Amino acid sequence: MSAVVSESTQVATPAHELRDGAFGHATGLSCRECGHQVALGPHYACPECFGPLEIAYDFPAVTREEIEAGPANIWRYKALLPVPSDIESSPNMEPGFTRLLKADNLGRALGIDNLWVKDDSTNPTNSFKDRVVACALSAAREFGSKVFACPSTGNLANAVAAAGARAGIKTVVFIPSNLEKPKQINSAIYTDSLVAVNGNYDDVNKLASEIAGEEDGWAFVNVNVRPYYAEGSKTLGYEIAEQLGWRLPDQIVIPVASGSQLTKVHKAFQELIELGLVEDKPYKVYGAQATGCSPVSVAYKAGVDAIRPVKPDTIAKSLAIGNPADGIYVLDVCRQTGGAVEDITDDEVRDAIVLLARTEGVFTETAGGTTVGVLKKLVETGQLDTSLETVVINTGHGLKTLDAVADVVGARATIEPNYAAFRDSGIV
Amino acid sequence: MSVSVRIPTILRTYTGGESEVSATGATLAEVIDDLEANFAGIKGRILDDNGALRRFVNVYVGNEDVRFLEDLATPTPDGAQVSVIPAVAGGC
Repeated sequence: MSAVVSESTQVATPAHELRDGAFGHATGLSCRECGHQVALGPHYACPECFGPLEIAYDFPAVTREEIEAGPANIWRYKALLPVPSDIESSPNMEPGFTRLLKADNLGRALGIDNLWVKDDSTNPTNSFKDRVVACALSAAREFGSKVFACPSTGNLANAVAAAGARAGIKTVVFIPSNLEKPKQINSAIYTDSLVAVNGNYDDVNKLASEIAGEEDGWAFVNVNVRPYYAEGSKTLGYEIAEQLGWRLPDQIVIPVASGSQLTKVHKAFQELIELGLVEDKPYKVYGAQATGCSPVSVAYKAGVDAIRPVKPDTIAKSLAIGNPADGIYVLDVCRQTGGAVEDITDDEVRDAIVLLARTEGVFTETAGGTTVGVLKKLVETGQLDTSLETVVINTGHGLKTLDAVADVVGARATIEPNYAAFRDSGIV
Repeated sequence: MSVSVRIPTILRTYTGGESEVSATGATLAEVIDDLEANFAGIKGRILDDNGALRRFVNVYVGNEDVRFLEDLATPTPDGAQVSVIPAVAGGC
């Protein structure tokens, strides 16, 4: 549909006066569903159809050299993000430019000729969420928000709490009360306002949305400042292309919870093509879910466009979003690029965590285990071309989800402290 | 049946800025019809042209998403809390 600007329904800009260039080259918010235009502000839902609002830009000409001369973090791409040109002058966590590992050992184990792992576990709070939170924090600052908040399955709470502490802004983070203990501690260490909610993530999300509608001056990173936040995920796509020598991979496997990351990596690739920074070429995007929460995979396999919400039941809690807002767009991207959406069991998630650790020395959380495990399944089922260059994304560190693998790894032998006992152990 | 309906920010132009309003109806469909009778135009924002809930709106009766219940036919007992919330989600 064509864009429609309706004065009568246009959402007002916030009372806080925005400074010039506060959002870089962003020109406004645009509804992904109906194209309705809304002025820049802490808004996330289209006033016409409830569709998701996204950032619209008037991008400047950007060269590879200008980007390469930037800092070794996501702000090297600031011209392509809704942030001011002086973003580096404000305290932030400076995430990004994480390592892209050539994963030959894992490639051999899976039978893939040319495999890379984009390892986002090395971000400041050990997950890709530091990227999106950095962009959300910039928006919160520019809107004059007093409280920085989020509903979260853990990683986001960690990132929000830490970034808020660094920025000197109050944080309040909401999590399901049954969340993994390490993820709770990793938030509570940075904030005195961790709120555990009796319910699943979708319940927490509902509560946060209600609070966002009532409390002035609160920036919920993934609710009312979501359009700005979501743009942070584009930097994963930019980095992968730059680190491959300014070219796109042939295939990429990305975890799917809400589906935002997958759609934004695809968006990043498209922007790089449009800006002439990489050669236009086909690439396939694959989505990864855990079977215990796989509404997008189910819809993909059924060949339908509607996502039927589910009640999550999986160890991959950071992927346990039963009602994924961007799920339909994941279907679009995966189908249009010739990829697929696949899911695996919790046992396969655990096996994949161990596999990645023992082939590449990378300890991933359950979401990364899901992604690597789905990669394995895609190979086994013939859905992925093993001769093509492939990238798999590791979203976070395994120390956050130790419980998931605590029962499947451990000492192979317990022996007395003498050489004979060692020989008898059968290790060698 | 009298219920309380929480109104999201983007629909408060219809309710004169009220974040919570009363409505009557034995089912969600009847409650929405009653909202329309009092706040003309609001039904068209919640339901699509086919009369189904819009794809990016979540409606709850109590704490349960009506998509897990009986959708528009979900009963709305006296005193129930109905919440209309734009769909958003975190995670990857």
